[in-house]
Amino acid sequence: MLILTCPCCHVTAEETEFHAGGEAHLTRIGPGGSEGEFESYLFMRQNPKGVHLERWRHVYGCGKWFHLARDTATLHVYGAYSAQTTAPPDHIRTAIKDRHPDWRWQGEVNQ
Amino acid sequence: MKKYSVFAVAREAMRHHSGWPRAWRDAQPKRRYDVIIVGAGGHGLATAYYLGKNFGVTNVAVLEKGWLGGGNTGRNTTIIRSNYLQDPSAAIYEKSRSLYETLSQDLNYNVMFSPRGVIMLAQTEHEVRGYKRTAHANALQGVSTEFIGPERVKQLVPIINLDGPRYPVLGGLWQARGGTARHDAVAWGYARACSDMGMDIIQKCEVTGVRQTGGKVTGVSTTRGDIDCDKLGLVVAGHSGQLAGMAGFRLPIESVALQALVSEPIKPCMDVVVMANTVHGYMSQSDKGEMVIGGGTDGYNNYTQRGSFHHIEETVRALVETFPMISRLKMLRQWGGIVDVTGDRSPILSKTPVEGIFINAGWGTGGFKAIPGSGWGFAELMAKGHSPLTQAFGLERFAEGRFIDESVAAGVAH
Ligand SMILES: Cc1cc2nc3c(=O)[nH]c(=O)nc-3n(C[C@H](O)[C@H](O)[C@H](O)COP(=O)(O)OP(=O)(O)OC[C@H]3O[C@@H](n4cnc5c(N)ncnc54)[C@H](O)[C@@H]3O)c2cc1C
Ligand SMILES: [Zn+2]
Repeated sequence: MLILTCPCCHVTAEETEFHAGGEAHLTRIGPGGSEGEFESYLFMRQNPKGVHLERWRHVYGCGKWFHLARDTATLHVYGAYSAQTTAPPDHIRTAIKDRHPDWRWQGEVNQ
Repeated sequence: MKKYSVFAVAREAMRHHSGWPRAWRDAQPKRRYDVIIVGAGGHGLATAYYLGKNFGVTNVAVLEKGWLGGGNTGRNTTIIRSNYLQDPSAAIYEKSRSLYETLSQDLNYNVMFSPRGVIMLAQTEHEVRGYKRTAHANALQGVSTEFIGPERVKQLVPIINLDGPRYPVLGGLWQARGGTARHDAVAWGYARACSDMGMDIIQKCEVTGVRQTGGKVTGVSTTRGDIDCDKLGLVVAGHSGQLAGMAGFRLPIESVALQALVSEPIKPCMDVVVMANTVHGYMSQSDKGEMVIGGGTDGYNNYTQRGSFHHIEETVRALVETFPMISRLKMLRQWGGIVDVTGDRSPILSKTPVEGIFINAGWGTGGFKAIPGSGWGFAELMAKGHSPLTQAFGLERFAEGRFIDESVAAGVAH
């Protein structure tokens, strides 16, 4: 049972109050996209064993979507953050790197 | 390989069972094989078996990071049926079901196939229409099923409550030759037969990398060294995304937990398998007398082989309404497996972007029933480059929009 804190209304609740919405930060493809782009957007997933950035909705609470950084191998939650962003914010990246020093966000260079 | 028979049992009974040999060799990895299969679950082992049996390819290794059948094959609730909606599904699942009929004889290993019959309950008007449609489709596909009314359901399942307040039983899709089999025995029987053909089944050997040159596979790296091969079959269920990642491509698959539980053993009270897809619950009684219960998947990606407790609660709550007598049963054990779910809830049996690598995955919540048929078709695909059974299940269907949509038809696809 996951216990999550909604970053929109700050309520902490059991996972039954939330709904998982799959991989986060997908680029939405519109009219004019190629078949490959649509396939990638609609179906292809990272599905990592480890750090997963994902969408959740606080369905039985404030109703808002948000993002969550979670580990699929341990169920550890690194933190939640706003859905109004296309990349995980610094404090989330730091929380992840505390446990996984080699983890990198897409295209991020080693510091 | 010593043949198992009634005479062998009698002979061993006379000498305190001291003469049974190992069922399969504990093999050490060689430097090179013609074919390497990653994953010694049912699908990997069946693939190896039919590669040898149907195509004479026996220089084969099956690599397993844990123990034989320790993945979903040894964790599932063993429902076998073939009453799917779409033609390609019906073809491969019915091939599989029919192979199960004679599997014990083929393998000389008792897999305890029990064609006791499977009912899928229709508990909403929508399901009544859906299952009638499936029954018609099955008639055209040559799969023997029928839609039955509530009285017949009650005859087949005396312990059922037809007029539950939330989900009354309005009828059901009945497949008389569906049933169950012993899951471990399926893995063990195939392993024994493969080992007997000279194949190496190597446990505690995790694949950690896929080696390739010029877009063609050359071998794998493992925790027990590098091993070369001409062809590589990835048959790792929940870990398919990881293996594909090693080989450099992505899959339309997400890994989630699916749970099951068993009760204390009780006297025989239900001799068919009952599935209630609207409420995500299904149940059968094992030979030991335990009620074997399965539910729905968790909603989020997960590799921990542990699911959320509320799913079990929901499943049991719904089943208690339909089977009031189980309300007093104690549950003994509960466990989870990581299942590989695709966008259209149908499997992928396919070539991949890397030459020489083939993938058999995406069986999700319902691949135990498919083990013999999938192994049959996938072996043909790996040996000859194409197979009528697997043709429709290629990876390219997601780009082409040519789905084999079983999610609408089955809801849950066990
Ligand atoms: C609770 C539950 C109930 C189910 N109920 C049913 C049912 O009633 N009917 C039905 O038809 N199906 C059911 N299923 C689905 C069914 O169990 C699976 O579809 C099927 O067993 C998959 O078989 P497999 O051989 O593909 O995978 P698995 O049996 O999981 O085998 C894959 C193997 O690959 C190994 N592996 C993974 N990564 C590596 C690596 N890097 N190197 C080496 N080896 C690796 C794993 O250790 C594993 O042993 C159920 C599943 C679960 C979890
Ligand atoms: Zn909220």
